[in-house]
Amino acid sequence: MRRALILIGMAAFLAMGAAAARADDYVLTIKDHRFTPTEIKIPANKRVQITVVNDDATPEEFESKEMKVEKVIPGKSKGVVRVGPLRPGRYPFFGEFHEATAKGTLIAE
Amino acid sequence: MLGALLIVFREVLEAGLIVGIVMAATRGVPGRGRWITIGIAGGVLGAGIVAMFAGVISDAFQGSGQELFNAGVLAIAVVMLMWHNAWMARHGREIADEMQRVGTAVSEGTKPLTALAVVIGLAVLREGSEVVLFLYGIMAQGTSGSALLAGGVLGIAAGAAFTALTYFGLLAIPNRHIFSVTSWLIALLAAGMAAQSVQFLNNAGLVVSLDQTVWDTSWLLSEGSLLGRLLHILIGYTERPTEMQLLVYVAILIAMYVLMRIARPSPRGPMPAAAE
Repeated sequence: MRRALILIGMAAFLAMGAAAARADDYVLTIKDHRFTPTEIKIPANKRVQITVVNDDATPEEFESKEMKVEKVIPGKSKGVVRVGPLRPGRYPFFGEFHEATAKGTLIAE
Repeated sequence: MLGALLIVFREVLEAGLIVGIVMAATRGVPGRGRWITIGIAGGVLGAGIVAMFAGVISDAFQGSGQELFNAGVLAIAVVMLMWHNAWMARHGREIADEMQRVGTAVSEGTKPLTALAVVIGLAVLREGSEVVLFLYGIMAQGTSGSALLAGGVLGIAAGAAFTALTYFGLLAIPNRHIFSVTSWLIALLAAGMAAQSVQFLNNAGLVVSLDQTVWDTSWLLSEGSLLGRLLHILIGYTERPTEMQLLVYVAILIAMYVLMRIARPSPRGPMPAAAE
């Protein structure tokens, strides 16, 4: 039990370490179940904040296993998605509720 | 229609696997049917409420409400699963013994059942709210709605069928081993949930230390594939875990093991009450 408590304590301490991180802002818009822009460039190895604006009346789920993100954006609203730090490379994302059309790529460089 | 079926199936599958494991884990415990029903019904109701307030939840806490909500739901489930395993470590043997004797009901209390009803409820709530939102979106679109809706309903049915498959598959395990098998399944399930929870905290901007990716096995097994998804739910497989996720995963497994060791009754009967 003591070992478990120490570990949990350690995790909590590490968690508090860097609670406040500044992030840059990027914008992605969903309209007619498509993303604009379809490609978005961000700096690598840095934490980045992306605002996803859903202009459709229907909800969408912004998802990317590669970026470890999944977030429901209700219709006619917007949501903030935080990603990174990412190694240089291409990271696909999609709208899970309209996977056929809602696709895009994030490029970290 | 097929697209809708797949999306709904994926969500129901996740909750369904958890329900299946929980049902197998409580085999022989009296009154479990009622608690499982309460869990599922509560989850469905909760899913509707969460979907209705999706916008409010999303906007809360500077746009991090949804992440914090998911992290919290997962964290509660982890605690409940740990409690259940500790309880089972103490009483599982008695229940297994009782099950050998035909027709005898187990008189032990219903403690783990409330914990597991909560776990079921939370799993259904989390996945169900996405299904509700998705189906709502279909209905809002009108036109080709009915075919898509049929797909959605079929998806729920397929997910339920998979739950039954999980349950009966686990039932094939002999009575003697069922509790140790389900205890380990639940330990891995809990560790995976905890790792997921801490990633939601990362997405919320709360836990951002140790955020480097440890490995990338997406080339070997994609988390988007069916097998990848199944393993993600069952053992918390993550194609690109962060250092923090790995730490939390291992910590929960160790904590679970220690907790079960402590809870286990000594083989020579009840422990002496006074310190030696």
